[in-house]
Amino acid sequence: MRAEDGSLAPAAGRFVSGRVMIGSEMLLRAEGISKQFLGVTALSNVDFDLAAGEVHALVGENGAGKSTLIKILTGAYRRDGGRIVLAGKPIDPSDVMDAQELGIGTVYQEVNLLPNLTVAENLFLGREPKRFGLTNRSEANRRSREILGQYGLDIDVTSLLATYSVAVRQIVAIARAVDLSGKVLILDEPTASLDAAEVSRLFSILDGLKQRGLGIVFITHFFDQVYRIADRVTILRNGHKVATRPIEGLKRIELVSLMLGRELQEQEAHVAEPVDRSQKPVVASFKALSKNGQIAPFDLEMRAGEVVGVAGLLGSGRTETAELMFGIHQPDHGTIEVDGKPVTFASPRDAIAHGFGFCPEDRKLDGIVEDLSVRENIVLALQARRGWAKPLPRKEQEAIADRYIEALDIRTSDREKPIKFLSGGNQQKVILARWLATDPRLLILDEPTRGIDVGAHAEIIRLIGELRQRGMSLLVISSELEEIVAYATRVRVLADRRHTGELPAGEISADAIMRAIASAEDETSGGGAGEGRAAEILREGTA
Amino acid sequence: MTLPTTIRRVLPQLVALFVILALNTAIAPGFLDIAFANGRFYGSLIDILNRGAPVALLAVGMTLVIATKGIDLSVGAVMAIAGAVAAALITSDHSLAATILATLGVGIVCGLWNGALVAFLGIQPIIATLILMVAGRGIAQLITEGVILTFNDPGLVFVGTGAVFGIPFPVILWVAIGIAASVLFRTTALGLLVEAIGINRRASSLAGIGTSALLLAVYAASGLCAAVAGIVAAGDIRGADANNAGLWLELDAILAVVVGGNSLMGGRFSIAGSLIGAMIIQSVNTGILLAGFPPEFNLVIKAAIIVVILVVQSPASQTLFAFMKSRPRSEEDAAAPVREPEKEAAR
Repeated sequence: MRAEDGSLAPAAGRFVSGRVMIGSEMLLRAEGISKQFLGVTALSNVDFDLAAGEVHALVGENGAGKSTLIKILTGAYRRDGGRIVLAGKPIDPSDVMDAQELGIGTVYQEVNLLPNLTVAENLFLGREPKRFGLTNRSEANRRSREILGQYGLDIDVTSLLATYSVAVRQIVAIARAVDLSGKVLILDEPTASLDAAEVSRLFSILDGLKQRGLGIVFITHFFDQVYRIADRVTILRNGHKVATRPIEGLKRIELVSLMLGRELQEQEAHVAEPVDRSQKPVVASFKALSKNGQIAPFDLEMRAGEVVGVAGLLGSGRTETAELMFGIHQPDHGTIEVDGKPVTFASPRDAIAHGFGFCPEDRKLDGIVEDLSVRENIVLALQARRGWAKPLPRKEQEAIADRYIEALDIRTSDREKPIKFLSGGNQQKVILARWLATDPRLLILDEPTRGIDVGAHAEIIRLIGELRQRGMSLLVISSELEEIVAYATRVRVLADRRHTGELPAGEISADAIMRAIASAEDETSGGGAGEGRAAEILREGTA
Repeated sequence: MTLPTTIRRVLPQLVALFVILALNTAIAPGFLDIAFANGRFYGSLIDILNRGAPVALLAVGMTLVIATKGIDLSVGAVMAIAGAVAAALITSDHSLAATILATLGVGIVCGLWNGALVAFLGIQPIIATLILMVAGRGIAQLITEGVILTFNDPGLVFVGTGAVFGIPFPVILWVAIGIAASVLFRTTALGLLVEAIGINRRASSLAGIGTSALLLAVYAASGLCAAVAGIVAAGDIRGADANNAGLWLELDAILAVVVGGNSLMGGRFSIAGSLIGAMIIQSVNTGILLAGFPPEFNLVIKAAIIVVILVVQSPASQTLFAFMKSRPRSEEDAAAPVREPEKEAAR
């Protein structure tokens, strides 16, 4: 099934000694694509090309610009600059339908079909075969069976799509896209909800489509899938293209460093001083916590005055770890102890009652209450903990708000301004203030510096150090390795929804973290148990 | 202008109310006359306050539900259930106190049912409350066994038609409940928490707000208000009419909330605004009757007046007004025109 398998070798003439030929025979070429949203640059001068019969993987962290690029190629967004050439002709898709007719079909992670219609109706939606001006059902059904037969799928096409598994729906979506468009197929994280057998079935279908000369763009954050199916990979970061590389000869560690944006030998700005954690009291310990399909069992002991950095690629289980710890989701197994006593968190409210705080990754969706003022946003968690019957007096609310506006240097014209008018960095500081006002013992920060300006970035890093020195226990998730190095007193490494290793205080460097991530990705990619060095390091110092 | 914020908040509604009252005065010269006879006040103004009581009562609960980004379509049906329960109990020789307490309890249970569907099962409020809206009249008919249950209990009749110090009792009820609800939600943290849920339920839950419990409470409050309105309506006609009690009043209640300047998108709310909204609607109704239009015009005229009020209140015209107002001002207010486009962009 793999590309190196002789029987499925790439079509002759496309590759010349493993190198993709550049030039006019490229099926799809996008040059200098730029896009801004309300003055925020989402894509800056990105080039991308795709050969017929090629699978081109597109990788990058959240917010790197993958979906923006895809949406521009498929006509969902209009580009601000650059040009797109499809099969030698410049195109300018005005909407998704237009792009489909030009030959670019897309299958999204959440399959974009209608579950309440039959399989055949889905395949021919909007282009039903007609007879005497009426839909010719039997013709549609016959052709549907024929089309799906090409994908080795023998199902009742007159049943509702909803009766089939996600994997089958995905194949139907691919069949529709290929039948409708026929030149370029874009797959946006198609494997996110598939199991291993379904993934390999999908990949054999993709191999077949390659043979037929389709160009396939494949978005994923699973490295082993990139290596298994892709011919080339393009890495995006912060709206810029970092590189396009042939997969052959590309080492995993190179790919990780391209994604995270660091050269391997680069030196650290500064490192948090080591902490003798055995002297500090345990705030909370999490034992064998797990949730099926979200995160494999992990142990974690949080002590006062330490910052545990959490590193790993997107989808490695970072946020899932935090969500179990904070009671947003309930673990299938495992126990949580606070001050040595077992507790269960049915909701964040319970975790907060035990002195936990959590700054979520998606500030807009999960953090700010946009129409409420800065003051109200700051006192919200504290007020919620006190209960509705014990309102904070207005004067006290104002004092708290003013204190944090000053301490965190929140830039706002006044405390009664709705938070939605603040910049991203200042909104983040308000959310931090919301938790600091509750005087938490354990604070979980999920990507606290994402999408904020440089000044606020530095202030938040400094603040994390201060909070640690004041004895708070912090767990900080970040994709920015320099950042983790700057504040973490130990670093948890995650890969493939497992805690695969830990770097103790003396061994933290961006280089070491990156190596740990890359080796963990390597070990887990085989699908095996992944025991070994990483698992050894994982042993919590709890003995 | 340095009016207190609460007054400033409802200023557009007050202006609309006065404009309509002025129109009514122009149409019917005796409109503002108030007479005192048989121990109570009489007059068109009193009529508006009295006739508007059911919608005003419903609007109090509806305001809270809408503040959570929800809606309660069942309140009209709950009125019918409450009327049926009250009539059935009082005619089977239960005491007035027991009848009223049981009826209010039934209203709360109805609200809890709605709240549970919304808070625990995650059903969209419009669908969740549609269930009871449809089923509620059936339940009421089952209770009355398909007939209009009449009663003559003086206590229950007093709730609908009595007067205290000359003021009709329903008026006292809605004013008192409106003030009580405002005080409850504004002197405790309930108001803030409800607004937070309406604006961003997920973020509120992550900040430790017990969103499910609050949603339950808010829908229960709406059911309670509907039960009170149901008793008033039944007392007024001395009987429980399962088919017609509270019919379509859920729509008037929603309209009152919206005319009162509250957003259906949830968040910031003003109970006072909704109560004024209810009075605006009742003034329009009364005005149309006084003007002597043929009845078939009533609904169309009412709709036209409501449309005008809503257009004046719409975000688009508010932006326009702010823009026009800011132009002739001096430099100290230069920030205002900048702020408005920013607001638009954030939407």
